[in-house]
Amino acid sequence: MGLEAALPVDGFMTTQLRRVIGWARRNSLWPMPFATACCGIELMATACSRFDLARFGAEVMRFSPRQSDLLIVAGRISAKMMPVLQHTYAQMPEPKWVISMGACASTGGVFDTYAVVQGCDQFIPVDVYIPGCPPRPEQLIEGVMAIQRLIDEQGLPPPGGKRKPFGIVLQPNFAPRPQPVGLTVS
Amino acid sequence: MSEATKPTLDHPNFAVLKALFPMRKFKATEFRGESTLIVEPTDLHDVLAACKNDAKLNYNFLSDVVGIDYLNYPTPMPGRFAVVYIIESFSREDRFYVKTFLNPSIPTDGIVDDPALHIRSACDLWAGAEWPEREVFDMFGIRFDGHPDLRRILTWEEFPGHPLRKDYPVRGRGERESYRMVDRTTA
Repeated sequence: MGLEAALPVDGFMTTQLRRVIGWARRNSLWPMPFATACCGIELMATACSRFDLARFGAEVMRFSPRQSDLLIVAGRISAKMMPVLQHTYAQMPEPKWVISMGACASTGGVFDTYAVVQGCDQFIPVDVYIPGCPPRPEQLIEGVMAIQRLIDEQGLPPPGGKRKPFGIVLQPNFAPRPQPVGLTVS
Repeated sequence: MSEATKPTLDHPNFAVLKALFPMRKFKATEFRGESTLIVEPTDLHDVLAACKNDAKLNYNFLSDVVGIDYLNYPTPMPGRFAVVYIIESFSREDRFYVKTFLNPSIPTDGIVDDPALHIRSACDLWAGAEWPEREVFDMFGIRFDGHPDLRRILTWEEFPGHPLRKDYPVRGRGERESYRMVDRTTA
């Protein structure tokens, strides 16, 4: 994309290998759609002809996490679904990036209930949050472009910190709180 | 109930079932053309079996099994919980509701097996009752005797509550927060 324009006539250019690899990565993101709610519909629209995510090199939606490097969490994640999402994330090969698409994936949204995780970033590292309920395809494209800017600036995702390996939550390890008293439903 | 909203109990099933079970106590109601038969919990399975097997009734399809919690319901009801079997007859194109009321004998804030919240499963009549009965068990803690596989279906196995009970707080009792939190700086 635009590389030919930067090439001099005799076909040589000097750059860093890191930038060449980053250039290849940013223009061939393979998203893993983890679509659990209405955000998934916008995700499908984004990949279709009207918005055409292929313009940004991210058209190859892979339904196997082992072939993907961009996880798009689109929709609310219930507590029972969280281990599945973590397994999906853990199966993706490095380097990998994560987009939290929409209010529900980022914060739980309006589903402030007993079963819904209030933000998937409590359990997997998230690079880009996309606001909206659901976000329009333009916003998702902006999110993918934000991932591309991240790759441009940082290359590989930075190790350590938010990127340190974490344990997989397989079973909820809960300690029930005391029952609230005085609750009436009117 | 005023005279104007008094139900018209003219569904032909009522006469058939009354003739089949002359000694049982039934109640009935009707709303916008949908008729409901209210039975005692102990009579439920017999009535459902008759609805399925009697030639005149012939309800060959179980549409759904639902639970209801009538806590703080504006109208006084015969019991705290209700279980409704929605059955359909394809040959007669008719839908019918069989309902039973249950009253808990212990506080409803836990998941302890309450002997008063037991009814007999309809899985031997309609195999399709298996999952909806599991859902009623999961959400309300009503146990179905004779069910082949009575496990939770929507929440996870160790979930410490029955969330559709009206005295269950909507944000839960800490189940969603009490997953082991992963601290990325120390994990």
